[in-house]
Amino acid sequence: MKIIIDGKSYLAKKGETILEVAQRNHLEIPALCYHSDLKIKSNCRLCLVEIRGRKGLFPSCSTIVEPGMEIITDSPRIRRARKINLELIFAQYREECQDCLWGFRCQLLNFARKYKIKIDRFEDRKKNYPVYQFGPAIIFDSSKCIDCRNCLEVCQKQGVGFLETKEKGAFFRIVPSSDKNKDCIYCGQCALHCPAGAFEGVGEFEEVEKPLKDKNKIVIFQYAPSIRTTIGEEFGFAYGKVLTNRLVAGIKKLGVDKVFDVSVGADFTTVEEAKELAERIEKKRDLPMFTSCCPSWVKFVEFYYPQFIPNLTTVRSPHIILGGLIKTYWAEKVKINPKKIIVVSIMPCLAKKYEITRNELFIQDKIKPVDYVLTTRELAYLFHRHQIDLRKIKPRKPDNPLGFPSGAGVIYGASGGVMESALRTLAKNITGKKLGKIKFKEVDGIKKARVKIGSRSLKIGVINGIGKAKEILEKLKINPSLFDYLEVMACWDGCIGGGGQPVPTNEEIRKKRAEGLRQIDKKKKVRIAQENPIVKKVYQEFLTEPDKIHSLCHTFYSHKPRVGFKILSANQKNNH
Amino acid sequence: MSIPLIIQKLKAVGLKGRGGAEFPTWQKWLWVKQARAKKKFIVCNAAEGDPYSKKDGYLLNHFPEEVIKGIEIALRTIDNSQAFIYLRQDYYQKFRNKLIKLAKNLPIKIVKKRGGYLSGEETTLLNVIEGKEAQPRLRPPYPAQAGLWECPTLINNLETFYFVAKIYENKYKQTRFYTLSGKIKNPGVYQLPLNWTIQKILEQTNNLPKTDFFLQVGGIMGEIILSSETNKPLKGLGVIVVHSFQENPIKLMRGWADFFNHENCDRCTPCREGVFRIEEMIKKGKINFKELEDIFFVLKQTSLCPFGRMVPLPFESLIKKIILRKK
Repeated sequence: MKIIIDGKSYLAKKGETILEVAQRNHLEIPALCYHSDLKIKSNCRLCLVEIRGRKGLFPSCSTIVEPGMEIITDSPRIRRARKINLELIFAQYREECQDCLWGFRCQLLNFARKYKIKIDRFEDRKKNYPVYQFGPAIIFDSSKCIDCRNCLEVCQKQGVGFLETKEKGAFFRIVPSSDKNKDCIYCGQCALHCPAGAFEGVGEFEEVEKPLKDKNKIVIFQYAPSIRTTIGEEFGFAYGKVLTNRLVAGIKKLGVDKVFDVSVGADFTTVEEAKELAERIEKKRDLPMFTSCCPSWVKFVEFYYPQFIPNLTTVRSPHIILGGLIKTYWAEKVKINPKKIIVVSIMPCLAKKYEITRNELFIQDKIKPVDYVLTTRELAYLFHRHQIDLRKIKPRKPDNPLGFPSGAGVIYGASGGVMESALRTLAKNITGKKLGKIKFKEVDGIKKARVKIGSRSLKIGVINGIGKAKEILEKLKINPSLFDYLEVMACWDGCIGGGGQPVPTNEEIRKKRAEGLRQIDKKKKVRIAQENPIVKKVYQEFLTEPDKIHSLCHTFYSHKPRVGFKILSANQKNNH
Repeated sequence: MSIPLIIQKLKAVGLKGRGGAEFPTWQKWLWVKQARAKKKFIVCNAAEGDPYSKKDGYLLNHFPEEVIKGIEIALRTIDNSQAFIYLRQDYYQKFRNKLIKLAKNLPIKIVKKRGGYLSGEETTLLNVIEGKEAQPRLRPPYPAQAGLWECPTLINNLETFYFVAKIYENKYKQTRFYTLSGKIKNPGVYQLPLNWTIQKILEQTNNLPKTDFFLQVGGIMGEIILSSETNKPLKGLGVIVVHSFQENPIKLMRGWADFFNHENCDRCTPCREGVFRIEEMIKKGKINFKELEDIFFVLKQTSLCPFGRMVPLPFESLIKKIILRKK
């Protein structure tokens, strides 16, 4: 059907909302609570428009188009209503722009400028609202909440429900649950879907900057597979743009000594995971095997479904393996005391901040494989703070002191990538041949396939989103033979949609980011992990004993008690 | 499909909803009757959240048989239907057993209201009955299209069902129930003709004050009118509150603001934040009329549900007719 927006004709589909048509055609209508991943809530009341022939203002996010509808997106009345509602939103909100990661990408501030509002027209209603910290990963500053409830919905969609509403005085507030049967899994989808920056990772800038200035420390940054296709967004590049060399140049400019690619670590994860899968299939034990590179998924199993702990692969996640190899194999090679090495991982993820605190992962019970985790957003903030602009920087080739990753290592960042990498290796090991294209069938949001490797036909599944995973766990309780191998990532579309990625993130953006990673894989000559020369070399020179392999590449899991949250006073927060 | 006799009768006598919205009852009945669905629901709304209204309680006390009769007629008229009587907490305690007894084998469930004033709003009530959070739903779909568990749902006020029974028996005499309160001698619930003017209601119940007065009509969200404006019948909810000029109008506004701030659902920006700012201003005793006007504007123009859109009416009429006039 045709509709008219501001005098111009546009095509619209039946059932679409005015806002959907407008956004598809890049017409700007301010909207804060709307997120294409979530249900329409229509509660911020900014996306107001007029419709010719009808009285009043209509929220474009919840008004369905009709043939010939004539929509006006700007008028004195619309401006007045948006302006007052924005002032009321700022009236509840405690601004802290100088410490905010969002900087120029902040929607709220952009709207404030556009509508020339007085952001301090009213006294901040929430100025005394508490700041919470969830485990070692997430800060929720409830004085920045604008009550859109996106966080509540994502948390429920994840099957976790750690965030709740609670009535206190005249208001409902968003609070972390006090229910002992609930715990946050640190997926960070709240942070990714919050339009106001009320959720962020526990900031580790100062801790990271200190060793950078310390001449006695060797600072190493390692970046996760997905960062190369997402960091550009923070500097105005197109979605999915691959910027590996600019990323490396930026990190180097911070004064970092060496830059490693976590995808190299992913190749080790793949080799070990393929071995473990072959073994479990052989012995018909603890199947289906679950991937474990996603710490939110691991925490979910440990806390909510401990009966499935044996199903998790014991292989460590890529950055933990690589961090361990840096502090052992590489340190030995270059003759540096591992205690002098500080490893910082750049991750798309908030849960990785939690993962590095798991002492099961410490090497010889004392050395942390990774010292700090910064998210994509935090790295961009660090760049901005050091006046490093990726648009202007001269790209640099990664020095990859340990060598280059295979294509398999790179696709770890997209949903299905971990499994595909492991199966490529498994196929090569068992049949000597390349794995054919996996033909997935998507049923109820779960990608399923049967993969023939030699004489065996494996039932595999790829899940992203814990809500879906929960459904499958319930089914596996009844029928454990539904799958042989399951990849689970907590975030929608995998790590490219991770809780530490740039805001905004939505389905369309995730697709473009994933496509970027797939392009890198296609261009790689080495696309199978165990064919990567560095992997071969390390196994020949260093990972020769089972004990050593075990201590660097494997871990264990256990039922964990609730960590819950603590209340911080405002000044206890780090750099936010 | 021929129109059932009772719906024709409802149309002929012109019965309108007694919850305050005054929507033609026959129309709702016909929509739900004609909706295609395997399952339909009927809700008798006795949430009675308005702090001044007492008529639902009065009817439950004195005429529960008629109320059940009205619901029974709806159950018979609408195929494959089931009914709920939705009672506010104190009515639930008091009348539940009596209603269960009267309902006998009819498919009528008695449910207790959760939450406050807003839980009487028809889409919020649907969420409450379904066990969900007490928040209004986006409309459309309207309850007659997709109400309880997505099924067509007829929601009528308890008093409406009472009069359905009367209309069925051809005993309806164009009356309604009024709750009178405030600075009067004989407060209470009265059944009086619909076409009586407010003036006549006060006279006939021996409630006309001797000195000049003003009134709030239609409930806590109703308009303030002067004694010179009483020569008209009452619209909206059947509530009349009489005020004397000795009362402090700011205190009156503060009461409303407190009530609205507590009772709103906190979902949309203008209502959650706007009402809070109204209350804040009144509490501080510093009323900024420009600011109030701005807030009233967004409440009326941009609120998500009728609650927010109606908040300004009592304030605006009080300010215009009483506060600014005094100055």
